[in-house]
Amino acid sequence: MNTGVQATGSTQASPNGSQESTQAEARFSAGTTQASTMPLTEQDEHLTRPAAMEVRGLNFYYGTSHALHDISLRFPERSVTGMIGPSGCGKSTLLRVLNRMYDLYPGQRATGEVLFDNQNILAPGVNLNVLRSRVGMVFQKPTPFPMSIYDNIAFGIRLHERVSRSEMDGRVEDSLRRVALWAEVQDRLHSSATALSGGQQQRLCIARTIAVRPEVILLDEPTSALDPVSTARIEELLDELKGEFTIAIVTHNMQQAARCADQVAFFYMGRLVEVDSTPRMFTAPREKQTQDYITGRFG
Amino acid sequence: MSTTSPSLMRADRSRALLVRRQVADRLATGFGWVAMAVVVWMLGSILWTLLRNGLPGLSVHLFTRSMAPPGQDGGLANAIVGDILQTGLGVLLGAPAGLLTGIFLAEYGADSKLARMVRFVSDMLLSAPSILIGLFIYMIMVAPFGHFSGFSGGVALAILAMPIVVRTTEDMLRLVPVSMREAGIALGAPKWRVILFICLRAVRGGVMTGILLAVARVAGETAPLLFTSLGNSEWSLDMSRPMASLPVAIYQYAGSAYQDWMEQAWSGALLVTVGVLVINIVVRVGTRGGRT
Repeated sequence: MNTGVQATGSTQASPNGSQESTQAEARFSAGTTQASTMPLTEQDEHLTRPAAMEVRGLNFYYGTSHALHDISLRFPERSVTGMIGPSGCGKSTLLRVLNRMYDLYPGQRATGEVLFDNQNILAPGVNLNVLRSRVGMVFQKPTPFPMSIYDNIAFGIRLHERVSRSEMDGRVEDSLRRVALWAEVQDRLHSSATALSGGQQQRLCIARTIAVRPEVILLDEPTSALDPVSTARIEELLDELKGEFTIAIVTHNMQQAARCADQVAFFYMGRLVEVDSTPRMFTAPREKQTQDYITGRFG
Repeated sequence: MSTTSPSLMRADRSRALLVRRQVADRLATGFGWVAMAVVVWMLGSILWTLLRNGLPGLSVHLFTRSMAPPGQDGGLANAIVGDILQTGLGVLLGAPAGLLTGIFLAEYGADSKLARMVRFVSDMLLSAPSILIGLFIYMIMVAPFGHFSGFSGGVALAILAMPIVVRTTEDMLRLVPVSMREAGIALGAPKWRVILFICLRAVRGGVMTGILLAVARVAGETAPLLFTSLGNSEWSLDMSRPMASLPVAIYQYAGSAYQDWMEQAWSGALLVTVGVLVINIVVRVGTRGGRT
């Protein structure tokens, strides 16, 4: 069992390690094994796009516990990357590296590189507030701030920009419209955001994130606390947002990954076992572990 | 036979258990009622005594006239105003200091050595005899200047108010879920903005409660004022001079041999109690509406 994991980890690491440099090679490495049996899909086109973010040789430690082993992964721009795997496999940990959220907790550290805008964001001296304004995050549980709906959105904008009253009104409305919340809340913009339903709160949180105009949005199981209807609305929303943002979504829901993602990465025990375009991942995974997981044999 | 006896045994055992549990339940409930009755009776008798002895002395003069020698129909106006001024100064100084210390303990110090020390000292202050605080302020603010003052009284009250605010602020901030902090940080907000505009806002009801409880606590303090503002029978708004306060006036009047002074002491005690009660009610009503 253990040796199997080792083996898949190393086979995954080597092509990514040596061929990450150009898009063509990434495309090639993604398509090699299945190119003859699978027709190229829309998702394959996404894999060829330049990476908005690229993780190279990342290791992560909670104190002395080694949580992520030599992860290399590209996040093609304006695409959705789904991250799946059993609980504790490291997918949320990876997400929290991408906006350096782990920095809040002493004892957590990362080695390797995460390239964003030609800069290694793991390097010392990176302005974390600016980084987080460019790499937004939405959490598992909706986290509306204890203020009005309007102020929830204005809070983030005010952090980074000085805008006039009327411009702020416009930005707030625009953000709410994009998450399809405007019609529901336009009459009560100045009442408390905590009175909204769970699904509305989560859409508000997404609106709050996009209002800051990030380039990348990280979503950590954004629908696991929501009912099916709210979940469907968020998934539709992701489809619209990926036209403008690069999205990384951690999910426990295999159907969700299949519906939303352009590429899917499967993690197991802190290792990236396999990453490929969504159709190939779900119809012809290369690794047995991936197959076992997506068919529900474990996890 | 072999099939029925185990089930019979189970039934017997469960019946005995049931009886035992019912008896224990009745006993515990009974004790609860008795304890509750004792506490309510004590509180009730205090309030009843206060009302019976204090109400007859309540008059307009009590609020409009300053303290006067026995038999001259004085009031407590200067003591009421002195109490408000000194308590006000105490909270004005103590609440911000307590708030900032509480923020430090909850958000910055966490489990560092310094934070543990500050927390320990603050908790010690919380239970320190208030007369010690009075003596301390006497040493640093009264003796060097050669006279008692309302300012020193206010500072003594501030030292009493501060640890209450520290405790409630820290406890409240620790209730803010990690996810809310992270959500603020994830938007690119610096830590101080997350604390001030998100965390404190989320628990503002609880923090306000702490401050008002501190007000209620120090408004009735006598001991720290004896060595600091001393008391004053004249009308005075000058805080650099000795200043009257309700608790000190009650202390003076209640220990006297004059009938009218003793009556006013009861009325003063009633005023303090009602004042504290009003503050507590305001807190209850305010936090019920303000919690989000």
